[in-house]
Amino acid sequence: MNLALKDIRHGLFRFVLTCFGLGLLMTVVLAMIGIYNGLVADALAVVEAPAADVWVVEAGTKGPFAEASSIPADSRNTVARMPGVAEAGAINYQTVEAPFLDRTLRLYVVGYEPGRPGGPQVIAEGRGIGTSHFELVADRKTGLVLGDTIRLGRNRFTVVGLVEGAMNSGGDPAVYMTLADAMALQTELAPADQRVQAARGAGAVKSASVAAVIVRITPGADVDLLTATLRQWKHLAALSQIEQENILLASVVDKARRQIGLFLGILLAVSAVVIALIIYTMTMEKLKQIATLKLIGAPDRTIIGLIVQQSLILGTAGWGIGLTLILLVKDVFPRRVVLEPFNVAVLAGIIVVVCLAASGLGVRAAMKVDPATALGG
Amino acid sequence: MAIGDILVDVQAVAKHYGDGETRVDALRQVDLQVRAGEVIALLGPSGSGKTTLLNIIGCILDPSSGRVVLDGDPVYDGKWLRSDLRRLRLDKIGFIFQAHNLLPFLTAAENVSLVLDLAGWAPEKGKERAKELLDYLEVGHRAPVKPALLSGGEAQRVAIARALANRPRIILADEPTAALDSKRAQLVMDLLRKLASEQEACILTVTHDEKIFDRFDRLIHLRDGKLADE
Repeated sequence: MNLALKDIRHGLFRFVLTCFGLGLLMTVVLAMIGIYNGLVADALAVVEAPAADVWVVEAGTKGPFAEASSIPADSRNTVARMPGVAEAGAINYQTVEAPFLDRTLRLYVVGYEPGRPGGPQVIAEGRGIGTSHFELVADRKTGLVLGDTIRLGRNRFTVVGLVEGAMNSGGDPAVYMTLADAMALQTELAPADQRVQAARGAGAVKSASVAAVIVRITPGADVDLLTATLRQWKHLAALSQIEQENILLASVVDKARRQIGLFLGILLAVSAVVIALIIYTMTMEKLKQIATLKLIGAPDRTIIGLIVQQSLILGTAGWGIGLTLILLVKDVFPRRVVLEPFNVAVLAGIIVVVCLAASGLGVRAAMKVDPATALGG
Repeated sequence: MAIGDILVDVQAVAKHYGDGETRVDALRQVDLQVRAGEVIALLGPSGSGKTTLLNIIGCILDPSSGRVVLDGDPVYDGKWLRSDLRRLRLDKIGFIFQAHNLLPFLTAAENVSLVLDLAGWAPEKGKERAKELLDYLEVGHRAPVKPALLSGGEAQRVAIARALANRPRIILADEPTAALDSKRAQLVMDLLRKLASEQEACILTVTHDEKIFDRFDRLIHLRDGKLADE
C-alpha cells in the first residue's frame, strides 16, 4: 500500500495547487537560465555569423564589439594579398532606430561586401543582396517581411531576404546591407545639414573607414602566424575568432552575465527554501498520523518513504510544470530564451537534491515524534 | 496459550521523571498480572499513572525499574531495540484510542488492512481479513468510505477492527467509549469482551465511564502511582 500516493489523492486539489505554485517558481528559474544562455548565444551570434578565422581591427582596440574600431577600408586589399588568406571582406556595424509602420524599429545594421566574408551564411527566405544599393536582408525578429520597404537615413531599402538568429549582444535584430550603403548611412548628412556645411565651405563628410576586415584562411594556413604578421603593422591589430569570442564574453556581456548568474543563484536558493518549507509543513501537518503509524508498529522506512516520495513527487511535478510553461511562453520574451537539455537536466538534479535535503528536515521531525502522542484525546 | 494464561506480567515497575527536587514519581512499584480472556479497567484520577502504565505495557515508554513480560517475552531487559519493540507492538498489541485516530487518507477497509500490510500479509489476504472484521463489527457496508464520512460509532468500530486485525493478544484501550453514547458504549464493551474470549486476548482499558464498569472483570485503581485496591 503506497501511503504517499493515497495521501496525495486524499488532498489532490491542494497538492496540485502546491505543485503548480512550485511549477511557477521553476518557470522563473528556467526562464532565468534561458535568458542567461540567450544573452551568451545572442552575443556570440554576431561574432560567429561571418564564420571568420581572423578579425583585423584598429590597433590598440579589442575590435568592433568591445569598443569603437576604425580602419581604412582599403585595408581589405592589403590583407587579402597576404599569404594564407583565402578571402577577406570589410565590415561595418552600427545601431539605428527607424520608423516602420506604426512603430519604431531598433536595428543592428551590418554592412558587408557582397561576395566576400561578412554577409549572412544562410538565407531562410528570399535571396541575398543582389544589387549594389538599397536592398536589405533582415532578421525575422525585426518583423519585416519580404517586399517591405523601410527608410534608413536618407534612403528607402527593400527587404529581399530573411535570416534567423542574427542580432547583437543587446538583442537588437540585425539587417544586412552593402558596405557602401552602410557607410553612407553612417556618414551622410540630412539635406539641411548639407546646406549648412556647404555654406561654411566644408565638403560633404566622406569616410572610407570600416570597423574590421574579416579573414578566412586557406586550408592548412597557420592562424597564429597570420595574426602575428598582421600585428606587425602599426595601425592594425589582429584577433583570432576564439580571441574575439572571449573578448566579447569577457568585456561586453560579462557584467550582465554575472548579474543574471547571481540572480539565478538567489532564485535557486529561494526555491530550495520554499521546497523545504512546503515539505516540512506537509510533514508537520501529519505528525499525529505519523505517531499513529508508529504506535501500530509501522517501521521507520514506511514513514520515511511517505515523506521522501511525496517530496520527490512534488519536486518532479513542479519541475515538469515549470518546463512545460517555459516551453509554451519562451517565444513571447522580448529576448531570446535558450534552454539546453543539459540545463534542464541539471535543474532536475538540483531539485532532486533539494527535495531529498528538505525531506531530511521532515524525516528528522517525524522520527522525533513520540508514538504516545497518538494516545492523547 | 489459552484462556487463563498470563499475557501481561508487570513486576515492581516504577517510573520517575527528573531527579532530586524536581523528581516526579509517576509509578511506584506496581505489580499487575492480566490473563488471557480478562477485560480489565484501569481507574484513577488524572495524574495517577494510568496512561504511564498503559504506555509501558504498550512498549512506548521505558520503565525506570522493574520487569515487564508480554505474552512470554521479557521486554525492557536491555536486549530489545526500538525496532524490535515496534515489531512486538505490531504482532502482539492492539491499540484503541479515545479519538479513533484512523488515517484520514485511507478508506475504512484500508485502515484495517494497513496493519496487515505492515505485518507482511499478502495484499489479497489482508483485504479478506479486513472485510471479515468489518463485517463482524457490522460496518462492512462502510468499507470503501473515508473516516471523515463515518459516524462516531462507525469510526470507533473501524478502529477496533484495526486494533484486532493482526490478532493481537494484548489490547490496550484509552477511553474507548468516551466519544460514544451510553447504549453504543455498552455495545462496544460487549464486543470487546466477546473478542477477548474468542481470540484468547486480554483487554486493558483506561476509562472514567461508570456506565460500563459492569462490563469489566476487574477494576484496578491507581492513586499517586500506586495500585490502590481492586
